Amino acid sequence: MSVCATSMRKLFAGCALLVLAQAAPAAAEDLGLGVVPTPEQIAGWDKDIRPDGVGLPDGSGTAEEGEPLYLEKCAYCHGDFGEGVGRWPVLAGGFDTLSEQWPEGRPEKTVGSYWPYSSTLFDYIWRAMPFPEPKSLTPDEVYAISAYILYLNDLVEYDQRLDKTNFAQIEMPNRDGFIMDPRPDVPIPEKPCMKDCPVDTTVIGRAGQVEGATPGEDVQPAGIEMYLGE
Amino acid sequence: MSHERDPKRDGLAVARRRFLSAVAASGAAAGLTGLVRPAQAANPDNLPPNEPEWARVLGPGVDDRGYGLPSIYEKHVKRRWVPWLTASSESTVNFTPLQDLHGFVTPNGVCFERHHSGRAEIDPEDHRLIIHGLVDKPLMFTVEDLKRMPSESHFYFCECAANSGMEWRNAQLNGVQFTHGMVHCVHWTGVPLRVLFEQTGLKPNAKWVLAEGADGAAMTRSIPMEKALDDCLVAYAQNGEALRPEQGYPIRLVVPGFEANMWVKWLRRLEVGDQAWYHREETSKYTDLLPSGKAYIFSWVMEAKSVITFPCPEKPLNGPGYYSVRGLAWSGRGRITRVDVSFDGGRNWQTAKLQDPVYPKCLTRFEIPWRWNGERALLVSRAIDETGYVQPTMYELQKVRGVESVYHNNGQQVWEVKPSGEVENVRLRYVNA
Ligand code: HEC
Repeated sequence: MSVCATSMRKLFAGCALLVLAQAAPAAAEDLGLGVVPTPEQIAGWDKDIRPDGVGLPDGSGTAEEGEPLYLEKCAYCHGDFGEGVGRWPVLAGGFDTLSEQWPEGRPEKTVGSYWPYSSTLFDYIWRAMPFPEPKSLTPDEVYAISAYILYLNDLVEYDQRLDKTNFAQIEMPNRDGFIMDPRPDVPIPEKPCMKDCPVDTTVIGRAGQVEGATPGEDVQPAGIEMYLGE
Repeated sequence: MSHERDPKRDGLAVARRRFLSAVAASGAAAGLTGLVRPAQAANPDNLPPNEPEWARVLGPGVDDRGYGLPSIYEKHVKRRWVPWLTASSESTVNFTPLQDLHGFVTPNGVCFERHHSGRAEIDPEDHRLIIHGLVDKPLMFTVEDLKRMPSESHFYFCECAANSGMEWRNAQLNGVQFTHGMVHCVHWTGVPLRVLFEQTGLKPNAKWVLAEGADGAAMTRSIPMEKALDDCLVAYAQNGEALRPEQGYPIRLVVPGFEANMWVKWLRRLEVGDQAWYHREETSKYTDLLPSGKAYIFSWVMEAKSVITFPCPEKPLNGPGYYSVRGLAWSGRGRITRVDVSFDGGRNWQTAKLQDPVYPKCLTRFEIPWRWNGERALLVSRAIDETGYVQPTMYELQKVRGVESVYHNNGQQVWEVKPSGEVENVRLRYVNA
């Protein structure tokens, strides 16, 4: 394994250069396979958006325009106010909950409380939502619906017009909430204890005690909280 | 094991398999009902000195099954899901039946599935891979083009970052399939990304690759270029045959040692850029929220982990005596070098035997003999990898990350063996000095 892979982020910049130099694409034999795609072919699939706004399409929308669209196409899963229906994802609220921990509380990660960049909202809705009909929305509709979700999170005004010049500039409250993966973060014993280790082996939790938690049960057992991160 | 049926040899093989499956079935039933029953033959007339029924007939001919299937006595070996875990079956996960598997390879049909927009069924003739962005020459490939290129084949585990995610707060699910089944390990064949980028060339500021899937969810992840050029593959085969649709047919990305979400299935596009995209799956999801309210981002590598797969809640013990205790260990940072097993909750440890082969970023099978005296026992395993990393206890992990981070739970799993032979997923206090 290369140095780059083992201490990737520490050596990030230097490493990228090193590997690129090693890869020496110019020296490789041309296999003559594949064709050069046309600009139209690339554009048809290249719909991703970056935090700096690169990729945002022409078009525009306001929360006011987005409200009826959202209520028709999104609310039956995500709730009229982005509160989430049943187990469908919550899209709004949850401010100041990120440091809450079970059992006293629980963090609510939403577009407003957790997402660092507004660009991600446009990007995701445009390519993946609505869930049953992905890629069915026009850029104007995505601007309008995104504006409405941001409005539900008190991040834009009801009549504020969003387009490619200002969409990525919206300040997200949790913009600075992320730190580069520092793992291994748990202290590593140099010599793991093998004999008479000083540990308290009292049982403090039992899966079998949770009524209905036996594999195969269809009903969610009371008292057990599951999440896949949806 | 051969899938062809030879009438002359079937007698013995079938009888043996039937005997083993009767043992397994009684074990499986016990796991659900809490009863431990001794192994019994389904029909004692098939036992010696009698000639069993299958020894007195002609079996079906060679072409009876164009594509072989497991024995009808292995029906319990299947993926399972938890319906109440998520709102829909299209965006959820099912689990690999680790309790029923042997060695370190996962059979294709039982590799766990995690889809975000259901399973895409793709006609390979209509599938294309476009590479564009900061390249000298954008290129578009057919699946046939990719198969003509130089290939590599490697065993790698593939683990969802949310594997064991339900166990952060406490012992919650009573089965190894559900606590650890979001991992599989197959033999991948495909084209190294390096080879593809040699064809397109890379601009000097090419630092990141955005991989996108062709499914409804259009899954995207940003992958650092040094990883892409190191060991990533565009795979078209698993365990010697075409990828299964639920694993990304016709092509998927293989990102060894990194969380499975980055292994974009149904891969259709690779865009090269100079910065990360911070898309939904690398911000809203797959970030690790800490008690401080801050979250780790780009936490890609799956740290060393292990679990005992026998005994386990689904496979209880059948009376005192000799048992080969077995499990699996893996590390996204390289090879597993050692696995220790404790029978008393972590007070005393013994080093288990690692079965050959031990590959980097691959499941490794460990085994340790045990004479069970019929008393309560607490079984734990801990993996150590070639970087010296030691799999932590849940307590140690929670001390740093709290209980709300969802992803990357690689804590030690404790199974309590009861005098009845039943096995339960339990959590210990630990509080180590
Ligand atoms: C049938 C239910 C359904 C409908 C209708 C629907 N969604 Fe979703 N939405 C989902 C599911 C399920 C997910 C999570 C998908 C996954 O697992 O990747 C999701 C995820 C999201 C997310 C990301 C949430 C997060 O925290 O990461 C956003 C934003 C979103 N949807 C917006 C929309 C918008 C806008 C619409 C309407 C245009 C819409 N959805 C319609 C089911 C739905």
